[in-house]
Amino acid sequence: MIEIKELKKSFGDLPVLKGMNLTIPSGQATGIVGPNGAGKTTLIKTILGLVKPDSGSIRVNETLLNGNWNYRKDIGYMPQVARYPENMRVHELFSFIKGLRNQEPVFEKELIEQFALESELNKPLRTLSGGNRQKVGATLSMMFNPDILFFDEPTAGLDPRSSHKFKERVKEEKANGKTVIITSHIMSELEQLVDHVIFILDGNIRYYGTMKALLEESREDRLEAAIARMMGDDSPAESAAAEKPVQNYSNTATEILTF
Amino acid sequence: MKSQTLHILSNEWKTLLRGKWVIGYGLIFLMLTDSLLRFGGGGAEALLSLSNVMLLFIPLVGMIYGILYIYQSREFVELLLTQPIDRKVLYWGLFLGISTPLMAAFIIGSMLPLGWHGILILDGSASAMVLGLGGILTLIFVSLGFVLGLKFYDDRIKGFGFTIVIWLFMAILYDGLVLMLVFTFGHYPLERFVIAVSMLNPIDLARIMVMLEFDISALMGYTGAVFSRFFGSNLGIFTAGGMLAIWLAVPTWLGLRVFKQKDF
Repeated sequence: MIEIKELKKSFGDLPVLKGMNLTIPSGQATGIVGPNGAGKTTLIKTILGLVKPDSGSIRVNETLLNGNWNYRKDIGYMPQVARYPENMRVHELFSFIKGLRNQEPVFEKELIEQFALESELNKPLRTLSGGNRQKVGATLSMMFNPDILFFDEPTAGLDPRSSHKFKERVKEEKANGKTVIITSHIMSELEQLVDHVIFILDGNIRYYGTMKALLEESREDRLEAAIARMMGDDSPAESAAAEKPVQNYSNTATEILTF
Repeated sequence: MKSQTLHILSNEWKTLLRGKWVIGYGLIFLMLTDSLLRFGGGGAEALLSLSNVMLLFIPLVGMIYGILYIYQSREFVELLLTQPIDRKVLYWGLFLGISTPLMAAFIIGSMLPLGWHGILILDGSASAMVLGLGGILTLIFVSLGFVLGLKFYDDRIKGFGFTIVIWLFMAILYDGLVLMLVFTFGHYPLERFVIAVSMLNPIDLARIMVMLEFDISALMGYTGAVFSRFFGSNLGIFTAGGMLAIWLAVPTWLGLRVFKQKDF
């Protein structure tokens, strides 16, 4: 469970998060969408403790974040860009992170098998293709069996087969009751993986609710069209009309919503 | 907590040694010291030449190395920060993990020829001082590089620019500037001022210590001469050493502070 209250963050003069309120219950699969620079990455980084908020509070599994670090043992994070020390071998990276976390991996073998990484284990990380490095990142994020999983643009560098395997794995994690949070620009992918959508625009949450409700309210049958409509791709008058019912809906019908 | 610091440290050692260029760096000092001892006359002269090279290059290499590490391992450090680990532990692990191999490369690389030419026994305390000072300067300037890299995290041009400017200023221009000040204000009693000023530059401090140890005032530079006259040899070395320790503490502490508070 992640609870965020009145979260504010500015970089210099530039406000990035403008008083966000958000509750993500345990076991929910959530997609975070929004245009570039809307604050998605900052939001995730703040929850991970990489970025310190100016004001507001974050609780992860009832732990209030105040520079502490132990709460992160329940979190697995797969970054958007996977770059590792060039001379390190894959198996060395795994054992390094194991020692760092001081945890025994639960799914190490299983994930290596699933992502077909056996043949890569002895190679230095610089020789790995981008896709394989992404898979290493995915393995690292899931092998300690954390409750909360963050994926930042996970399938961007994956070939269709790996991407398919990755999605299957995420679905498994979801079925096992994990909290899954994904940011992505690929809407079709989110349609497959998540059932709740957070739409961030300009440092605020514009919409938070189920995917189904979003599609119904925006009278679109694809997420991409619904989001594009919210981003204001269409004419101002039309988009104003489209925004309103979405807002109304989200204020009344979604019980997890806290604007 | 200690075991995790060591875990990070040993991991950095492993990857750095495999990168081989730290070994190359050590080999450069090995060849330099060896040829200085072969062709440069006695042990004291060779040690002096070595310390001149060391005073010039260790600060530059250390800073570039520290800042490059921050820039190159950005994504990796960010990944490590998302693991359940204290930032303080991570900082010490990374800092010591990259500075100590560089330090060891210099010390071992220079010590071996000093050993097989017998200088270690002949000029024991002088050798120990040159090697030790090189080690401390490595730590100081790697941590300065760390601080610069963290401060100018997104602006590499600025980061490298400051690195070069700081190096030029401390390693090359400093003594000249002090001399110019003294020359301009020669009518006033400036001793204390010059001593205070020389304490603000770790390279100067190290140079003064070397010169005091070898007792050669002709090569001391202006600040060194004043230092020696004011403190005498032993007290001078002692004072300069103490200041150098502060110089070691301040940038590493500053780096830790920045690292702990930084938004990555």
